[in-house]
Amino acid sequence: MNKQEFTITVYTENHIGLLVRIATMFSRRKINIESLNTSPSEAEGIHRFTIVINEFEEVVRKLARQIEKQVEVLKAYYNTNDEIIWQELALYKVSTDEIAEKAQVERLLREHGARAVVIRKDYTIFETSGHREETDNLVAVLAPFGLIEFVRSARVAIIKASHGFHEKLKEFEEAQPGEEQLENEFLNKQDEIFTM
Amino acid sequence: MATTDISAATETTATKTISGSQAVLEAFIAEGVDTIFGYPGGAIMPIYDALYDYHDQLKHILVRHEQGGIHAGQGYARSSGKCGVVFATSGPGATNLVTGLADAMIDSTPLVCITGQVYAHLLGTDAFQEIDVINITTPVTKWNYQVTDATELPAVLAKAFYIAKTGRPGPVLIDITKNAQLQKFEYAGYTPCKHIRSYRPKPIVRKEYIEDAAAIINQAEKPFVIFGQGVILGKAEKEFKAFIEKAGIPAAWTILGLSALPTDHPLNVGMLGMHGNYGPNVLTNDCDVLIAIGMRFDDRVTGRLDKYAKQAKIIHLDIDPSEIDKNVKATVGVWGDCKETLPMLTKLVESKVYPQWLHKFKEHQDEEVKEVIHEELNPSTDILTMGEVIRNLNELTGGDAIIVTDVGQHQMVACRYAKFNQSKSNITSGGLGTMGFALPAAIGAKFGAPDRTVVAIIGDGGIQMTIQELGTIMQSEVDVKILILNNEFLGMVRQWQQLFHDKRYSFVDIASPDYIAVAKAYKIEGQKVIHRTDLNGALETMLNHKGSFLLEVMVGKENNVFPMVPQGCSISEIRLK
Repeated sequence: MNKQEFTITVYTENHIGLLVRIATMFSRRKINIESLNTSPSEAEGIHRFTIVINEFEEVVRKLARQIEKQVEVLKAYYNTNDEIIWQELALYKVSTDEIAEKAQVERLLREHGARAVVIRKDYTIFETSGHREETDNLVAVLAPFGLIEFVRSARVAIIKASHGFHEKLKEFEEAQPGEEQLENEFLNKQDEIFTM
Repeated sequence: MATTDISAATETTATKTISGSQAVLEAFIAEGVDTIFGYPGGAIMPIYDALYDYHDQLKHILVRHEQGGIHAGQGYARSSGKCGVVFATSGPGATNLVTGLADAMIDSTPLVCITGQVYAHLLGTDAFQEIDVINITTPVTKWNYQVTDATELPAVLAKAFYIAKTGRPGPVLIDITKNAQLQKFEYAGYTPCKHIRSYRPKPIVRKEYIEDAAAIINQAEKPFVIFGQGVILGKAEKEFKAFIEKAGIPAAWTILGLSALPTDHPLNVGMLGMHGNYGPNVLTNDCDVLIAIGMRFDDRVTGRLDKYAKQAKIIHLDIDPSEIDKNVKATVGVWGDCKETLPMLTKLVESKVYPQWLHKFKEHQDEEVKEVIHEELNPSTDILTMGEVIRNLNELTGGDAIIVTDVGQHQMVACRYAKFNQSKSNITSGGLGTMGFALPAAIGAKFGAPDRTVVAIIGDGGIQMTIQELGTIMQSEVDVKILILNNEFLGMVRQWQQLFHDKRYSFVDIASPDYIAVAKAYKIEGQKVIHRTDLNGALETMLNHKGSFLLEVMVGKENNVFPMVPQGCSISEIRLK
């Protein structure tokens, strides 16, 4: 088993200090967070963290459990890239003169699906969204034409198999929690029961 | 007098006007708190001012250092099974709590700590005694929260007690700015917290895992139970005993599980881990089913993980889902409160006995007695050993005392040899290994169990870390028996230096003051014992003395604690010498 990219999706209460509590889960294990996004979720009042790390699945599983253990965390999921749909947004600032003069630039932007956000005399800002390789590619092709500024957002991801959090939230709100929390994935793996 | 008028005017309605400070104390009373350990300071003065009017309902123990305060809170919680409550001021008061918070976190001790904080408008300005206590304490608390508005206080405190006490217990810290302590607000009474939607104190028990676990146990030929503090925290001592007795399975304990099962119970086969008993360590790698109950496979218990119980099927009962498969993967993980899961398991397991398997433990014990225990308890020289002191203490207390230990050789020897008849009697710093824990924890333990004898067993290193708490003993007139086992060394480090660093004794020869004179200065009577002939008389004097007593016993300087599993080795490689 190799390290691979995992996307951790955490449903939480909106609580000051929770970001630190979750971040320390990673930093105490010396795990670098590749990307982190917080946003509202589909359920009202529930926040959603999307965290990307490169790790062994074993480590990610333990991390998810320890994140879930935090009082304000409702649920933590972890997924490989083929289990999610994800996007990152990127902004590019280029000189308007360059674009006006060079038809090639316009073609490149069109090919990469870039949209103009702001057009000024001195510069134009384009936006693309997509996977990291896609935004990286556009950076590479724009570089010769004087890319003035570039920024990329954190990943946002939707879990393909998820049914959303509305029903789960109802369960959580019941004084007696439902059955759901109790997946025990090791019950049927009675061979090779040790690691490390 | 304006405030009196306001409260008089509002008392006729459903609400009354009180201050944030009063709301804190009202919450304590509603939660059944009787004792607070604390130390005042600028930012917590409004709470102390309010406490002045509550002194008939809430006992406050003035400690000598905030670390002493929080360890006392831990001792109180561990001996009483209730939640410890601690006060400290902002800045240094709060940072002095950190070691105790970390200790309580790793040993799952329920605590509610209140820290004062500077006025809300000063937050982030580097004000006098301002420190970001929430961020400092985040990794060492189960939950923490800063209150800047008094109206939040009743609900926040209800949440604090609920979180500290339920599920896997732990420390909670509430930081209250001075303006919130002073703020008057309409108080509608205190409602205890019973549910937080994002917090599940205990997972629901699933019957199929119990059935799977029972099926594995029923097929076992050499089953072995290892148990930890979960049994005590879950108040499941009876359920635990019923389980092992019906299933006939030998059981060994972690040092925090110690006293959950009486020492002389026929199925109690001893202590696990680095300085544990020979049989339980070696036979962990011989059993066919290992049933772990309320314990977390600490590295001091498992030794080298890839050589730990590889041959066995593992059944792990724990209330904290993140513990299952954390260090050792379970064949069956039984999530839940062992108070609920153990009776379900007991119902399904067959009534059995394993005479041959138990005999194996006996054989190993005989070997350990021959190689280690006999000499430790009956030394062939004139030099006193720690083991014989504990043995003699057992004979005098009959195993009914609460034993509070510090950290190091004396701790291991005390855990190995002390006798216990009832639960919640062994109080020690297990996970964090905090030297200086015992003296303040013993003070708290006595307040938590006032009818019981409390003996603090401490080394000459640990006592000097929190010796200032003798002042707390003096002023509070709390009855704590202090037994210093003085080997004139930082003994455990010295032992490692001897065994693994070619006897290069680097800064372990610690000097001691005249403890008897120090105790006397604090109006505590004391005695020093050097010769074996004086030992029993002195122990009797200590135990029969009305009030606190300090007994210093000079023990062998270079005695080692054996057996020992060297770090990084398998438990099978346990050394008897």
